[in-house]
Amino acid sequence: MSKAHASAGREAKILKEHIVEIVSDSGEGAQKCGQTFGTVGAKMGNGVWTVEIIPAEIQPPARSPAGASGIRIRFASHTVTNMGDEADLVVAFNEQVLYSRIANGAYHRGTRVLLEDKWRDDPVPEIREQYAKAVAEFRENGLDVHELPIEKACLAITENPRRGKNMFVLGMLCYLYSRDLDRAKGEIAIAFKRKGAEVIGLNHRLFEAGHAFAAEQLDFRYAVPPQPEEALAGKRFIVTNGNQAVALGVMASGMELVSMYPITPATSASHYLADVYHQVGGFVHQAEDEIAAIGFAIGASYAGKTACTITSGPGLALKTEMLALAVMAEVPLVLVDVQRGGPSTGLPTKVEQGDLLAVLYGEPGDAPKVVLAAATIEECLHFVIMARRLAETFRTPVVLLTDANLATGVQPYPRPEPSAEWLAPPVDQSEWSEDVPPYDWDARTGLSPRPIPGMPGGQYILTGLAHTTHSRVAYDSDSNQLSSEMRSRKLSALASTLNPPTVHGDEDGDLLLVGWGSTLGAIEEAVDRARAEGLAVSCVHLRFLAPLEPGLKEIFARFRRVMTVEINYSDDLKAPLITDETRRYAQLAMLLRGQTLVDVDCWSVVYGHPLQPGMIHGVIRERLAAIQDGGDA
Amino acid sequence: MFGLKADWSTEVFDRYFTIGDYAGGEARWCPGCGDHAVLSAAHRVLRDEQQKPELSVCVSGIGCSSRMPHYMGTYGFHGLHGRALPVACGVKSRRPDLDVWVATGDGDCFSIGAGHWLHALRYNMNMVVMVFDNAIYGLTKAQTSPTTPVGFKTNTHPTGAIIAPHNPLTVTLGITNVSFVAQVVDWNPPLLFETLKAAYRHRGTSFVRIIQRCPVYSDKVVKELQSDPSRFLLLQHEKGLAVDDSALRQFPERTEHDPSDLGRAFQVALDESRIPLGLLYHNPAAPCYEDMSSQGTDFTPEQRLAGLETVLDRLTI
Repeated sequence: MSKAHASAGREAKILKEHIVEIVSDSGEGAQKCGQTFGTVGAKMGNGVWTVEIIPAEIQPPARSPAGASGIRIRFASHTVTNMGDEADLVVAFNEQVLYSRIANGAYHRGTRVLLEDKWRDDPVPEIREQYAKAVAEFRENGLDVHELPIEKACLAITENPRRGKNMFVLGMLCYLYSRDLDRAKGEIAIAFKRKGAEVIGLNHRLFEAGHAFAAEQLDFRYAVPPQPEEALAGKRFIVTNGNQAVALGVMASGMELVSMYPITPATSASHYLADVYHQVGGFVHQAEDEIAAIGFAIGASYAGKTACTITSGPGLALKTEMLALAVMAEVPLVLVDVQRGGPSTGLPTKVEQGDLLAVLYGEPGDAPKVVLAAATIEECLHFVIMARRLAETFRTPVVLLTDANLATGVQPYPRPEPSAEWLAPPVDQSEWSEDVPPYDWDARTGLSPRPIPGMPGGQYILTGLAHTTHSRVAYDSDSNQLSSEMRSRKLSALASTLNPPTVHGDEDGDLLLVGWGSTLGAIEEAVDRARAEGLAVSCVHLRFLAPLEPGLKEIFARFRRVMTVEINYSDDLKAPLITDETRRYAQLAMLLRGQTLVDVDCWSVVYGHPLQPGMIHGVIRERLAAIQDGGDA
Repeated sequence: MFGLKADWSTEVFDRYFTIGDYAGGEARWCPGCGDHAVLSAAHRVLRDEQQKPELSVCVSGIGCSSRMPHYMGTYGFHGLHGRALPVACGVKSRRPDLDVWVATGDGDCFSIGAGHWLHALRYNMNMVVMVFDNAIYGLTKAQTSPTTPVGFKTNTHPTGAIIAPHNPLTVTLGITNVSFVAQVVDWNPPLLFETLKAAYRHRGTSFVRIIQRCPVYSDKVVKELQSDPSRFLLLQHEKGLAVDDSALRQFPERTEHDPSDLGRAFQVALDESRIPLGLLYHNPAAPCYEDMSSQGTDFTPEQRLAGLETVLDRLTI
């Protein structure tokens, strides 16, 4: 500690924001280190966004680029809404894992690399060669490599640095970014609470050693001051990832049951619920398969306890027939789809917005349902609450789309103030008038009251067959037409209550970007950068996908060109054989073209990582240049 | 079976329910179909138990048998092919006050829904599971089912079924936490009634395989059995089912079988030369999943909100 204090006087360079990565082999604790570092920042009042770098396997081979495991922390003196562009500083536990991050474009020239140097003297000649070659390459490519004897320093404190190095590195980072030491040590105590005082003590010693080590070894130091007090407006904040936010939404909505089957990247929502659900009177059912998971939820919902099922792409596909049953029989239900890369098993740990059309149109026949997409971690929480209310009001399944970016991103946001109004009302068991059929559709809205088992006089047989207002199997020619109209009309009824979306930027201009889901932060940041350059670009972000928010045609008409920005596949117009007629558009673009008859263009990619503001900024410049060249769009 | 006891009672009921209260729409099964007998027996059990029709839910999948909810005066859920059990378990999970019956068939339960069969029995939630087994797909018109005998001609195996059928009893008895396994035929109404009554009164999942006539597509399968009473083995025991004279006359081959003896139940089920009728296995002490899944159903809104505040406090910075 004495050294740390001695060097605490080194002048820190004040920054508005910085992006830090910690990358390692799987199992070396980089994520815990980064999460703790992010939490310390959040608690000190920084805007923070952290995102995990997760390999597909649990223990991939050591020292392999594909096995890179780690975390990125972007923190700033303002609110942070996305992972940002290239990292400014990276701590790497070996040189090989850096290769995969370099291939992903994670660093710029000048990015500072704090590299574990023990491989330089490794007993295996191949490893020594690999290390020397890599360091030379990194330097040639402009990375500012600092080789540091991290492991050696850890060995002075613990026999097994593999298990303690992460807290040593946390100490280094807390020195480098002038973080509050007591706060960091408090976080370490929380992180290792279950392991007891001895483990906490060891990790505190590693942390302090790392802090002193950085002061001694490094000749630079930064500070990222907190956001101004008025920006925080005296609010209380919570820090969660998007899956935890979904879980909190489930609990705050009063839903008592989540029925699920393990699937990446959705499952951690259930892990969290399984840990705390009993405190609010709920239960996680782990079903035998995806179909049983939604069937179980539908059973509970039918019996008056609207339930939630949480899944990802392949699970959504398996649930299709059950989802259609819930539409057909008008059973309230909340389905959360944490999207990952598809098709098939695809990219289980990586992000994509590839399920939109499957959710909207995946069922044979017409299956209208409400579809929402959360754009922020905070919305993951609040939209689940809204979803339950919509499901019960409109007697329909509601699908909430999130994705792997939201699921694993961690951010502080205002603490919700739960209210009794958010909770589900008690199950109605009053007498049902036998004059009222179970589907007593209001022809104007398609809405009908719902009998719930236990209501005397309300006995009816729910069926997935085409049925009459009395829920009897329809043998006549009119019932199917009528019931289809009524189910569809519910969406029109909901649409009539929605407001047009808000345009970010000017209300008119040359280019309008349209997005949905987790890309909000990156798109708005890119638009803000382009606008700062004087470009006439704005953006709009959709939360309701079914029904669509109203007023889109009018908004689109005020821009010379409209394009969607999405994380799903679309043909590049410049690719071989692609014409206007054969081009396959991104999913929202396809939807908007059909609904608005506006020639909506798109830009979308499926690299499996979140969109970054820099990429989108480049697209904006390119498209605006094309619009100028072409005279008009 | 048509004695005086059923409808004449000196007890005073707040609401007294007759068979008609449990009957729904007119059954549209074929004349001579065994399903009619099962429906009647279920109506009688509910009437004798005086269960409130609004507290009973009949859940089914798809197939001839799965039309049963439509013929009940209770609540009903006629869902998807093979998926009756997950829905039924979901109903029970947060509403253990509801009484659940499941109507399923040999295709619905043993084929497309086989995964749920294995797991729902392990959950052992309190419900009666009636498998209407006619050894054929009826509604889709005569395809081989998992219990079609080898050599029996169907539209998918016109020269005769080629693979030995499943033995649903041995499979079911092998499921961990199974608590009630019985087998019965549709053409002995007293035994069918006694079986469903015992199934209804058992707390846990009561699995009842009902060997059942399809007069249109698999008549021959049952006719052969009916013509040779020695093919059946009637299980008797003081802990088993009440057996009346008609069953004793119809099934002369009998054995004493203690339904708490799982090992013997396996032996009885494995012997395919004799079709056991009665209660093969009964364990009233097996844990029921609804005792776990219903945790917190009694929470007040205040308790929920207080719990939520505690959870949020831990995430607050």
